[in-house]
Amino acid sequence: MSDTIILEVERFHPERDTEPSYQSFEVPLREDWMVLDALNHIKDQLDGSLAFRWSCRMGICGSCGMTVNGVPKLTCETLLINYAPGPVRVGPLDHFPVVKDLVVELDDFLAKLQKVRPWVVRKDDKKPEREFIQTPAQLEAFHQFSLCINCTLCYAACPVYGLDPNFIGPAAIALAHRYNLDSRDQGIEDRLDIVSQHEGIWDCTVVGECTTVCPKHVDPSLAIQQYKLTATKEWFKSFLLPRGKN
Amino acid sequence: MVQIVPAAEGKELTAMPQYTQFQPKAYRPRMSAYWYLDQWHYLRYAMRESSSFFVAYFCVVTLAQIAALSAGPTRYAHFQALMQCPAMIVLNALALGFILLHAVTWFLLVPRVALRQMLGKPTPDMIASVPNFMAWFGATVIVALFILGVF
Repeated sequence: MSDTIILEVERFHPERDTEPSYQSFEVPLREDWMVLDALNHIKDQLDGSLAFRWSCRMGICGSCGMTVNGVPKLTCETLLINYAPGPVRVGPLDHFPVVKDLVVELDDFLAKLQKVRPWVVRKDDKKPEREFIQTPAQLEAFHQFSLCINCTLCYAACPVYGLDPNFIGPAAIALAHRYNLDSRDQGIEDRLDIVSQHEGIWDCTVVGECTTVCPKHVDPSLAIQQYKLTATKEWFKSFLLPRGKN
Repeated sequence: MVQIVPAAEGKELTAMPQYTQFQPKAYRPRMSAYWYLDQWHYLRYAMRESSSFFVAYFCVVTLAQIAALSAGPTRYAHFQALMQCPAMIVLNALALGFILLHAVTWFLLVPRVALRQMLGKPTPDMIASVPNFMAWFGATVIVALFILGVF
């Protein structure tokens, strides 16, 4: 096996280019290297102008999401050797505007995330006198969905988001669902008003790729389908008991 | 107002940049009309979704069959002759394939919305899927027995 591999990296310079192109780099092929290590090698040794995001290098910060051979991946936990003999194509995450090279603009995702109120909402304004007690079963109910690291791989894998940018998207809905399932939270109705719109849960056609690419096994697709069930139950309740909320 | 200039590169400034600090120029990719051909899993999804057309087609065929049956032996013989022509056999075989895909993928999706917990513990997906497959198999056996004249 060769001791080098070709990386075809997508390049885009906002001041010079009208659309991206690919540039090839020959990098060492080492057993313990991740794709991110290869990109850092390019940045340090071959072309310092290459732009990409990374931080923790251990699959926690969610910064280094890119497409590797067309599939959204965290490059810090994607072994380079799995793509031998290459070439390997590395591009920015799909469906997001490209700022430079492999760096994408996440403003749309962050705005949507804030919209679904991903925090514990309490209806009473009083400060609690002591911490909220939760049983292990109550914690288990939402734990899976709380593992989301906002890496946005699920958005890059979702063709619905690519076709309809108004779609709230998998991670934001999964996090909304996470707080709905939290026994301390009282914001389910507020979130439902936002998430149960057409651009919310009902835009999802269960492609399922958000779940496949999720590096933390959050299963956003499951969250969306469960949310649909919750929204349907709430609709029936409001239909049968229109004054029930008062 | 702040004027934004490119980083100094030791070269003379020849043109003003086309963006401001607050509206950076970015490349906005557009999805291809043939995006579902890019990866196998997207193609599989597109096939699953388009299988609905074949479900509708089979419904129309069944309605046509009932209409022909109620219109008398001559009309029903016409219907049978139409169904026996090679083009219709190929179309029906294709439709059967897509309907099987539709049914299997539908039953596999059932656990996404139903029966997540039993006695306070998470249930495996198969617990929700298997009864559907068993009911489907049972219905198929009953229909087959009718067709074979057992009943």
